[in-house]
Amino acid sequence: MRIGSPKEVMPGEARVAMTPDSALQLQKLGHECFIETSAGMAARFSDQDYRDAGVTVLDNAAQLFERVDVVTKVRPPIESELDRLSPGQTLIGFFDPAGNEALLEKAKALKANVIAMEMVPRISRAQKMDALSSMANIAGYRAVIEAGNNFGRFFTGQITAAGKVPPAKVLVVGAGVAGLAAIGTAQSLGAIVRAFDVRPEVAEQIESMGAEFLFLDFDDSQDGAATGGYAAPSSPEFREKQLALFLGQASEVDIVITTALIPNREAPELWTKEMVEKMKPGSVIVDLAAEKGGNCKLTVADEKIVTENGVTIIGYTDFPSRMAAQASTLYSTNIRHMVADLTPEKDGQIHHNMDDDVIRSSTVTFNGEITFPPPPPKIQAIASKKVEKVPEKTPEEKAADETEAFAKAGRQQTKLLVIGAVLTALIGSVAPADFMQHFIVFVLAIFIGFQVIWGVAHSLHTPLMAITNAISGIIVLGALLQLNADGSTVVTVLAGIAVLIATVNIVGGFMVTRRMLQMFKKS
Amino acid sequence: MTFGLQTAAYIAATVLFILALGGLSNQEKAKRAVWFGIIGMAIAVIATIAGPGVEVSPMLIGIIVTGALIGALVANRVEMTGMPQLVAALHSFVGLAAVFIGINSDMTAHDFPSSAAQVIHEVEVFLGVFIGAVTFTGSIIAYGKLAGKIGGKALILPGRHLWNIFLVGGSLILLVMYMNHAGSWTLYAMTILSLILGAHLVMAIGGADMPVVVSMLNSYSGWAAAATGFLLGNDLLIVTGALVGSSGAILSYIMCKAMNRQFVAVILGGWGDASGPAMEIDGEQVAIDVDGVASSLDDADSVVIVPGYGMAVAQAQQSVSELTRRLRAKGKLVRFAIHPVAGRLPGHMNVLLAEAKVPYDIVLEMDEINDDFANTDVVIVIGSNDIVNPAAQEDPNSPIAGMPVLEVWNARQVFVSKRGQGTGYSGIENPLFFKENTRMLYGDAKASLDELLKKIN
Repeated sequence: MRIGSPKEVMPGEARVAMTPDSALQLQKLGHECFIETSAGMAARFSDQDYRDAGVTVLDNAAQLFERVDVVTKVRPPIESELDRLSPGQTLIGFFDPAGNEALLEKAKALKANVIAMEMVPRISRAQKMDALSSMANIAGYRAVIEAGNNFGRFFTGQITAAGKVPPAKVLVVGAGVAGLAAIGTAQSLGAIVRAFDVRPEVAEQIESMGAEFLFLDFDDSQDGAATGGYAAPSSPEFREKQLALFLGQASEVDIVITTALIPNREAPELWTKEMVEKMKPGSVIVDLAAEKGGNCKLTVADEKIVTENGVTIIGYTDFPSRMAAQASTLYSTNIRHMVADLTPEKDGQIHHNMDDDVIRSSTVTFNGEITFPPPPPKIQAIASKKVEKVPEKTPEEKAADETEAFAKAGRQQTKLLVIGAVLTALIGSVAPADFMQHFIVFVLAIFIGFQVIWGVAHSLHTPLMAITNAISGIIVLGALLQLNADGSTVVTVLAGIAVLIATVNIVGGFMVTRRMLQMFKKS
Repeated sequence: MTFGLQTAAYIAATVLFILALGGLSNQEKAKRAVWFGIIGMAIAVIATIAGPGVEVSPMLIGIIVTGALIGALVANRVEMTGMPQLVAALHSFVGLAAVFIGINSDMTAHDFPSSAAQVIHEVEVFLGVFIGAVTFTGSIIAYGKLAGKIGGKALILPGRHLWNIFLVGGSLILLVMYMNHAGSWTLYAMTILSLILGAHLVMAIGGADMPVVVSMLNSYSGWAAAATGFLLGNDLLIVTGALVGSSGAILSYIMCKAMNRQFVAVILGGWGDASGPAMEIDGEQVAIDVDGVASSLDDADSVVIVPGYGMAVAQAQQSVSELTRRLRAKGKLVRFAIHPVAGRLPGHMNVLLAEAKVPYDIVLEMDEINDDFANTDVVIVIGSNDIVNPAAQEDPNSPIAGMPVLEVWNARQVFVSKRGQGTGYSGIENPLFFKENTRMLYGDAKASLDELLKKIN
């Protein structure tokens, strides 16, 4: 099939849906690639780069739409673009099907097949085509960079000869992909980062990025797994608490990055005028939700404004476009993966399989019918996992447990001592004094042995065995004493052998212990 | 030398022995402590030879010099991987010496002040010989198993517990007969019974329980020395024997605790029966090549290596050490996690790693490192199996349920270097190998590591 990308017509849009790299990959799938001339210029891909990658460069969009079977785009098409589609032609790109009913109807009338990239479901298999995430990642990163650009101080705290600089405090509201990317970027620049999200299960992700999660104690917290990992509107009570929390933060933080979006709705207002007024002069707000009305109502979409109290509010909506080369690379890879899924045989034939969960969900018009909204996906977006909490023990219970264990150990010890005493008494009642003297020594030695050996390092257990081995060669004394005792030759021979092997033991044991211990070196 | 002086020398020796054992509490002190032991032993032997009752003859000197030469030769020749067998062999000597001394004591004529004294003497002879004989054959068998001269598998005779009861019971009957002056033959008969008992006991115990067996024999050799001390009325022997005996007992206790098994169960051999069907294991073992491991190590900041007996078998400790050196040179945090029963001897792995010049301060015990696995990027398991088996915690029906294990599966990525797909010593499947973050590096540990070293510079 022939696949082509026109130049984006939206003013300021610098991205392109096909890069020379992605074109090479598409050709491996058996497709032929086309591009409108200078489509990649804004993202620093020249026509020559495309030609080198085997892409046919066409003079204008009209030619392109005529020649290709599949059109890949970034921005939703404008009417004039859509008009160029012919029946059976496929369009892949962002489409905004929820907010763009007229276009949807038009595509249906034209019998064109439209795949909307924002409709790719959030399941593991489809992550490679999740353009919203890859763009959000860029937006999050860029938001911090833009904030830094407009913030008159360092991010990181420093102590210099010229004085001490406190670290910047960054608050990230909404820990989706963009929020997490912003957290990571701000964190690595050295700022103190705090983050908030209505979904308590993302606390772990926030903390894993090194930020502090602002915890809101509320029972009615959301289960993000049920809504495909996106946030849903929250209850008024929750909102009230949340705003109180933010109000407390407003005077403290230097930079606020809001990323809160609810699918197919206007962005919720989270950063009120009151909070903006409480912020220090020179503070920066970056509102990533500006396109959908903004999380701060003072935000003006596509513009940077400075409030009366000196707070900069950035409402740019084209963060990915501001990093066009990077954004194009990631977006074209998402597109390429989508095409790969549409070409299961890698034979250059598009097989629009409406039974496939991912393709079904992202297709919004197919064969002259509107297929939006899609049915819920068969696979749950995120495995829901409810961890049952083990009731934590109160200090009293813990103390009781400890007392219990201690008492038990005490009883055990008493029992052993009583048994020992009885046994000793039994022996003492029959044994002669001479024996009992030795017995005292024996028992004391065992006690000393136990006390001493508990202190031995685990790593030295082998040397311990070797040295005790050597020491137990002390049995040589017995053999020595017998060597000259009056007795038969047998006694002498046996004693002689005993001396010999005990000596082997002593010398061998000590030497090998020394050898081992010499090897233990500190780094 | 007078008796008083000799006793003074014995006291000095006793103190030095205690200091020698106590000094093993850390690596640096230990190097000095071993000298305490050597000096103590020298004092004891010289005081005995110089004391009453011993004649210095050329023959005596000849015997001692020969013994010392043999000992020195063995100690210098032994490979560190062969340490378990050497320790076992040395135990057998103490046992044999105790047997000889006991029999000698029976042969030498004695006068007893009272009948009670005579009874005690006879019991002492019997006990000394009994413990000595069990230690002797037990150690010989342990040596054979550790050196690979006898199959490592547990030999389970039909009615093995009856055998043990018969042997111990027979010995008791012979003791009663001996005390009733049935003659010296009862002592010899008992010696044979206890020799069989020692062999049979250790034959029934399999390879991975060897740490317990060796420390138990260590303990026995001490008790044998103590019994001899009673027999000869020599306090130094009693004290030293008791020290060694309690040391071995504690080691056995630590080993059993580490395997969550009862001492008696280990000594009587075999695994306890599982109380239900083993947990089903889903998934498959995914293999990986050295390139994969190398690139993963390249990205990792913290690495933990878990060595086991397989590392000793493959003689891979030098390669492990080299790997450690290179990873550390790249600024990565490399540590070792040692399970108490890894290897065939308590502390076996520590000695092998020390030999390969791995600094001891990065070699950590199970308790020190178990909580750190969650923050570890890569764990490399080399030749261990049961000690990293999650079934011990997850499957209440597993034969090793409740055994403390190294929780390597909490790490981001686990590589297992293993010969093939077989099970470990206990014969149970290891769910670790089937986990999603586990990759298997099949092949001989040393060969695999040497391949890996080529990829890491």
